Amino acid sequence: MKDWRYWIAEQRGALLAFGIFLVMFTIYTSNHPAGLTANVVQTASNKGVLLAFVAMAQTLVVITAGIDLSVGMIFILTNCLASWLVVGTPAETALGVAAVLLAGLLCGAVNGAIVIFGRLQPIVATIATGAIYFGLALLLRPFPGGSVNEDLADALTGRLFGVLPASLVVLVMVVLVVWVPFRRSVTGRAAYATGSSELAAYMSGVPIRRARFAAYSLSGLLAAIGGLFLTFFTYTGEAAYASGNAYTLFSIAAVVLGGVSLFGGRGSAVGAIFGALAFRTIGDLLFVFDFDPLWQPLFQGVVLLFAVSLGALALFRVRNRLEWFG
Amino acid sequence: MSDTTTGGRIASRMPAFLRRADPAVATAFACIVLLLFLGGLYSPNFLSPEYILQQFKVASFLGVIATGMMLVVLLGQIDLSVPWVVAMGAMMACAAAAYGPAGAALAIPFGVLCGVLIGVVNGIGVAYLRIPSMIVTLATNAVVQGLMVVYTGGFSPQDSAPATIRYLATGFAVPGVPNAVVIWALIGAATVFALTRTSFGRAVYAIGNRERAAYLSGIDTRRVVMIAFALSGGLSAFGGVLLAGYASKAAQAMGDAYLLPAIAAVVLGGTSILGGRGSYLGTVAGVILITLLQSILSVMQMPEAGRQIIYGVVIVAMLLLYGRAPANR
Amino acid sequence: MAGTVPLFRMEGISKRYGGVRALEKADLTVEPGRIHAILGENGAGKSTLIKVMAGVVSPDEGRMTMEGRPLVFASPAAANQAGIASIFQELSLVPELSVADNIVICDPPKKFGMIDRRAQRRIAEAALARAGADDIHPCALVKDLPLSRRQMVEIAKALARRPRILILDEATSALAAADVARVFSVLKRLRTEGLALLYISHRMNEIAELADECTVFRNGRNVATYAAGTRSEHEVVELMIGREYSHVFPAKPERDFRGATPMLECRNLSWTGRLNDISLTVAPGEVVGLGGLDGQGQRELLLAFFGVLRGMSGKIMVNGRAVRITSPAAARGDAIGMALIPEDRKTEGLMLPMSVRENLSFAALDRLTTAGVIDRAAEQRMIDDMVKLLAIKTAGLDIPVGALSGGNQQKVVIAKWLMRQPGIILLNDPTRGIDVGTKQEMYRLLRRLADEGAAILFYSTDYDELIGCCDRVLVLYDGAISRELTGSELTEHALIASALNLAGGKPGVSPGAAA
Repeated sequence: MKDWRYWIAEQRGALLAFGIFLVMFTIYTSNHPAGLTANVVQTASNKGVLLAFVAMAQTLVVITAGIDLSVGMIFILTNCLASWLVVGTPAETALGVAAVLLAGLLCGAVNGAIVIFGRLQPIVATIATGAIYFGLALLLRPFPGGSVNEDLADALTGRLFGVLPASLVVLVMVVLVVWVPFRRSVTGRAAYATGSSELAAYMSGVPIRRARFAAYSLSGLLAAIGGLFLTFFTYTGEAAYASGNAYTLFSIAAVVLGGVSLFGGRGSAVGAIFGALAFRTIGDLLFVFDFDPLWQPLFQGVVLLFAVSLGALALFRVRNRLEWFG
Repeated sequence: MSDTTTGGRIASRMPAFLRRADPAVATAFACIVLLLFLGGLYSPNFLSPEYILQQFKVASFLGVIATGMMLVVLLGQIDLSVPWVVAMGAMMACAAAAYGPAGAALAIPFGVLCGVLIGVVNGIGVAYLRIPSMIVTLATNAVVQGLMVVYTGGFSPQDSAPATIRYLATGFAVPGVPNAVVIWALIGAATVFALTRTSFGRAVYAIGNRERAAYLSGIDTRRVVMIAFALSGGLSAFGGVLLAGYASKAAQAMGDAYLLPAIAAVVLGGTSILGGRGSYLGTVAGVILITLLQSILSVMQMPEAGRQIIYGVVIVAMLLLYGRAPANR
Repeated sequence: MAGTVPLFRMEGISKRYGGVRALEKADLTVEPGRIHAILGENGAGKSTLIKVMAGVVSPDEGRMTMEGRPLVFASPAAANQAGIASIFQELSLVPELSVADNIVICDPPKKFGMIDRRAQRRIAEAALARAGADDIHPCALVKDLPLSRRQMVEIAKALARRPRILILDEATSALAAADVARVFSVLKRLRTEGLALLYISHRMNEIAELADECTVFRNGRNVATYAAGTRSEHEVVELMIGREYSHVFPAKPERDFRGATPMLECRNLSWTGRLNDISLTVAPGEVVGLGGLDGQGQRELLLAFFGVLRGMSGKIMVNGRAVRITSPAAARGDAIGMALIPEDRKTEGLMLPMSVRENLSFAALDRLTTAGVIDRAAEQRMIDDMVKLLAIKTAGLDIPVGALSGGNQQKVVIAKWLMRQPGIILLNDPTRGIDVGTKQEMYRLLRRLADEGAAILFYSTDYDELIGCCDRVLVLYDGAISRELTGSELTEHALIASALNLAGGKPGVSPGAAA
């Protein structure tokens, strides 16, 4: 009878992130010298979707109560790969895109295999694979360079019908093609169940391993889509260590802002996307208020620290201190 | 269980320092010998005392940083704020030194103190707010980075390392032994003492094994965790101070190259990433192993890319040998 | 229903955990359209029986058949496939998923490879209605529901699988009275629909109302099966009594503790509905037992004394002085001098991979250190004393404590606390899973500690032990003290009867029971 209430309760995190984003974006555009123009939206969207893709990638793994500290490096690696492969005739370009996506999927699958079948802690395992992926990226691009099919790049970073940012359209399409089917599938539900309570999931006969493997693999794929877009924006490939690290870190921030629980089982990629967009806008807010851009990293760091501390509020509900120790 | 008892019987016939060594530590030392041997085949210089002493000196910076990391890993936690705490220690010490003689005198304590402060923030987040350590330390790393960017204005910091710090890192108080090595040895000795002879050390191992049991034994586990993180922050910052002395100045991303090697050194030395198990001897072996690996790869002109890949592969391979969680069901 | 082939039969099922026999050649026959109650005291093998039937554990020997065909389960999912659904005491619901998601989790309806949410909703609503819980919204998250509602979802989830046999293990223990009535009418309807129901409960009145037949388990064996209503409660209790072994307990001194100032006392202690208005005293030299069925609040009561629980109401007093204990560190301090031997020695009492030495001295390290540095000579002396006192058998002090036998591990847990010479000793089922010889040593030790002036509060699931060791036993039921037994009242019959919360006045139970 009151279905919509339950829907809102379930989407609370995502809605909150959407709200934060909306407020931030309004403040941003109303203080922007150019105001709300198609151009401003396009620039903001192009900046935002990169983190949005990486945050979606992180979400999938976090839902299973894992973590992927190599997403940023997969993002960088696929960027370098795309700067070699996504060139030439339309057919060659299409093949290149497919190869880049496949490479991302493979990276994710390697993470998944090491974590699930190697039974290693996701933190250390993905730090180590992150180093490998970064090494591969360096191997591909010891120096920044390469190129990309500029027609495709311009089409995907431009505007549709003069107003709609194409990158945003792609983002929505990815949500519809990757996220929604995952969320609605048996595997996706198993991923949520595993993250929420592995014991209950086991008792209910849920396919735990398949769910975790799928989550890690799809995570790699989504990071690769992000890497492709990075190439479309920059027209080059660059094995930038700091940038990869930053994207990993920001993806966690975006996920937390987007209402995804780091303990697993709760949240959605849509929430994480709004978390990412909000996080980006927070960073950009400083510009329109004429703050020194130097303050941006500090500001973002503080927002992140604050966001992760919010989860600690649940601690006050603990009545048996032994629950601290899990 | 029968393995443990047989092992115990054999072990009791061995000298004391070997008895404590577990297979991981032995393997790490074996790898060091193997690396030296391979290096020796490549060029006899690898076996010269000068080269080995030089490696010890380079290793001591990583050694100091890895000591802090080990404390935290023994608790079953991790400290990802190392990169910028290292840079901060270096920058703050150099900055303090610019304020006259008093500043120069307090430069080192000030740099270390800044690291301790960040460590305390990490510790509060992990121990009292029960946020996963990986997340808190990532966040504080970002905050420190932000602080340092604001402080330096985005440029390379201009202050150069004062003479005291340079002497600490590169001088020779004991003839023939670089000061950095002496410092690492002192810190190492203190750590071994703390881990084996004090109630703090016992508590660290106990919490890493089973925090619940340690808590029910009447240990203030949260305080112990916080102290360990504070020490880790302080040691990272001190490592940064030494690095600044070595390079004569601080630099923006100087800590980035130390996070992965520090974790790798600790883990390769047989310390369980799940906590509760590991010896400092193993960490020493891990540090030397990593340093030698780096040195040999660079002498062989292996590009950075290859080094990163080899790191990652070596860590995953060693972890698959030692660091696996028990199979469930 | 006199068919020659029963719906389900298990024959000669045995299961051992380490050296402990949980089930020993147990037989059970289940018929459709009947409610079959399983009775037995703590540790009689009921839970293991259920786990075997549900595919959670596999038996060491014996066979199970369904309509004559043999059954072997590799996992809980396999048991589901075979038509056996179970509702466990520890819930198997995923907290972050919705009620509907949980109900269909084993086999969601699909359309084009995706989960068909409309069909899922229909199934969930039907299952909830069938379970008599149509007031639960299928979109609600399970974690937002109170425990009693979750239990109803659990039942609906089991029903959605269309089982032929439904097992309910203490399914009503978390339910409010109104829910119990509803569940009962549902169960009776399911019976008329031809389902076979296996019902485990400690509430005798429920069994009297529901069951068609009853099987009593004792020491891992089925000792009697009878048609419901053919045995009196007294006879049922007699069937449940009777452990095989009998211990030699140290003599209890004739002493009157009523005049003494209690060393440990609590008044009107309550905590989140799990502890309800508990008042008790323990005098120096007294051994007070906590009895009752598993999970009636005994564990929480001990944790409450030890400073682990937050948000308690009521008063705790030590030596007549009101105290606030906010952590185990405070509880063990000199002002209070309390020790807790925890429930699970492997996760709460010991650090298994660490050495015997490190474990033994761990709780007393603050007394063995100066400025944080351990005085190793003093440590060695105390450890030697303890090893001798408790006769701990170990190949050395530096081997991992996990390599010791269960009994010796438990001795280490006790020794580590005795190093502090505590005045108040709380024990949470310390003899579970240890050998008979060690148990006897422990009984003598307890009595000796009491004689030396310690106040001892001792929870045990073994009724024999409570009778043999304790000066007085408080029986807990549903988080409250339901009865106090002293002297000649302290019989196994009285313990079981009061644990089941049967009214007093039955033959063998002394009249004028719960004070």
